[in-house]
Amino acid sequence: MNALWIAQVGAVLRLELKKTFLSRRGWWIYLLALGPVGLTLIHWLFEAGHPGGRHSLGDDVTAFAALFLLYYLRAGIFFGCMGIFSNLFRGEMLERTLHYYFLTPLRREILVVGKYLAGLTVALAVFVTSVVLSFLFIGRHFGAAYSDYIWHGPGLSQLGWYALVAALACVGYGAVFLMCGLLFKNPMIAAAVVWVWEGINPFLPTLLKKISVIFYLKSLCPVQVPVPPPFSIMVIDAEATPAWVAVPGLLAVAAILLIYSAISARQAEINYGE
Amino acid sequence: MSDSLVTFSNVSRFYGEVLGINKVSLSIPPGITSLVGPNGSGKTTLMNLMCGLIRPTQGEIGVLGISPQHPERLCRVLGYCAQFDAFPKGLTGYQFVYSFLRMFGMSAAECDQRTRTVLQLAGMTEAANRTVAAYSKGMRQRIKLAQAIAHDPRVVVLDEPLNGLDPLARAEAIALFRQWGDEGRHVIVSSHILHEVDRISDQVILLSHGYVVAEGQIHSVRSEVQEQPMQILVRCDRPHVLAARLFQQDHVVEAKLTSDGKGLLLRTRDADRFYLLLNRVVLESGLEVESVAPADDDVSSVYQYLIGEGASV
Ligand SMILES: Nc1ncnc2c1ncn2[C@@H]1O[C@H](COP(=O)(O)OP(=O)(O)OP(=O)(O)O)[C@@H](O)[C@H]1O
Ligand SMILES: [Mg+2]
Repeated sequence: MNALWIAQVGAVLRLELKKTFLSRRGWWIYLLALGPVGLTLIHWLFEAGHPGGRHSLGDDVTAFAALFLLYYLRAGIFFGCMGIFSNLFRGEMLERTLHYYFLTPLRREILVVGKYLAGLTVALAVFVTSVVLSFLFIGRHFGAAYSDYIWHGPGLSQLGWYALVAALACVGYGAVFLMCGLLFKNPMIAAAVVWVWEGINPFLPTLLKKISVIFYLKSLCPVQVPVPPPFSIMVIDAEATPAWVAVPGLLAVAAILLIYSAISARQAEINYGE
Repeated sequence: MSDSLVTFSNVSRFYGEVLGINKVSLSIPPGITSLVGPNGSGKTTLMNLMCGLIRPTQGEIGVLGISPQHPERLCRVLGYCAQFDAFPKGLTGYQFVYSFLRMFGMSAAECDQRTRTVLQLAGMTEAANRTVAAYSKGMRQRIKLAQAIAHDPRVVVLDEPLNGLDPLARAEAIALFRQWGDEGRHVIVSSHILHEVDRISDQVILLSHGYVVAEGQIHSVRSEVQEQPMQILVRCDRPHVLAARLFQQDHVVEAKLTSDGKGLLLRTRDADRFYLLLNRVVLESGLEVESVAPADDDVSSVYQYLIGEGASV
């Protein structure tokens, strides 16, 4: 890494943030992130009105685990990253502005890295914040018991893991969708394929499981959500993956996708389709 | 040697089955070079190739010895004002120029300084803090021009830069091109408006259907086409005397008197022999010649002949 490259990455990052952060077109991404925060907030306020409670703190912990896996990983972060990252290149091709970047003395690899970091900055800010807030809200109605759970029980470590997994999800899906936006005219189709692939992951043989993002994320989740009965018989269990394998594994998958994206960016031509 | 030239050697570019340009070999020296050709003749394709936005299907390109495959080197010496009328969303004119200048690795202060200078040059200082989306066509053209030259490139490539400019802005832009050309830069301009480029160009490249049909200084381009009769207008006191002598010559294709009876418009295949003959007639018959001028020695007519279509658009 030399100083010029760092300066250039910084310049791309700043310009991308100026253009996209809080842009009106991305409103639905903020909605995706706000949704569960609103939901858990309502849960807190509603349950706070029913002292005595109708469920245990453990129920809330499980509920959050399910919310995290089924909503954040499978939908919110997935589609949020699709919106943010697949537009980094495809959006500029549609708007016919990519050539301005291509006409600066940027190595295309640097452009890929700069844009990726810009997407990541937005995705992390939005989704990690959302995960943390939801976690804090969901059991809030237990008052001191929940504070105790967080500060003196397993709560804080769980929160840390959820935040880390959410961040890694942004890293992984970000790399997937940046590549889709570079390679495909219609990244939506690619996104649908990826979504199905990630969905059938529990049922795949061990080797194929590893070619995914969700596999690594799931094994890092602090509370496991079992696959419900009718499907559970089809699950193929891979040996549990320890964090020291899962984290580098996911980073490696992201790095491979980014390297491939950088190679494609080098080959890329300006063809806005007259 | 090639470090001061923009060179194309046997370059072809196809878009699938469609021909963009075919077997183009050029070497463009510093100064103003005009690319002239009708719609779809390959001007933009040629420029995009030169600037590395697309790659040739075949052949080699060098810009001052640099391959367009290496934007990190190429774009330090080259600035391209492309034909696309599109801008990044939400940026002001100042931000637009400044933000891309930052990619060059200069300090914030230097980028700010250069941005101000170039906005001034383009006459965009007052509008600098409004978003580009609110600009008129001419202002967008000017901010694009400013952005393309903000890093002070040695090779300036401009795709139809005069489009949308009012006469005053046109004259200013042309003066600017002239100045850059005189400074020893390459200024490569495409245009449909022939009578504008033929006045400012040091050399012209005529394109038709993806082929370079003529290249060089305007005058040499004209004589490059020798088999084509050349039109000459002679204004003199007794044009019919001259006409009578001319009809005996095999190289003269046509001669007709002008409507005022004081001129003769003729077409000859051999201008040199015609000039010799004219001198003889003057000596022998005391003809008083007011003026002799090639009637079509400008890009327009060369172009009209070469392309065989209506020229000025
Ligand atoms: N992206 C593309 N895909 C397919 N064909 C293309 C593409 N770009 C250009 N062409 C074709 O290549 C040829 C040359 O086009 P080009 O844009 O270079 O012409 P031009 O001289 O710039 O025309 P204009 O005066 O309209 O700007 C045309 O036949 C055009 O249809
Ligand atoms: Mg064009």
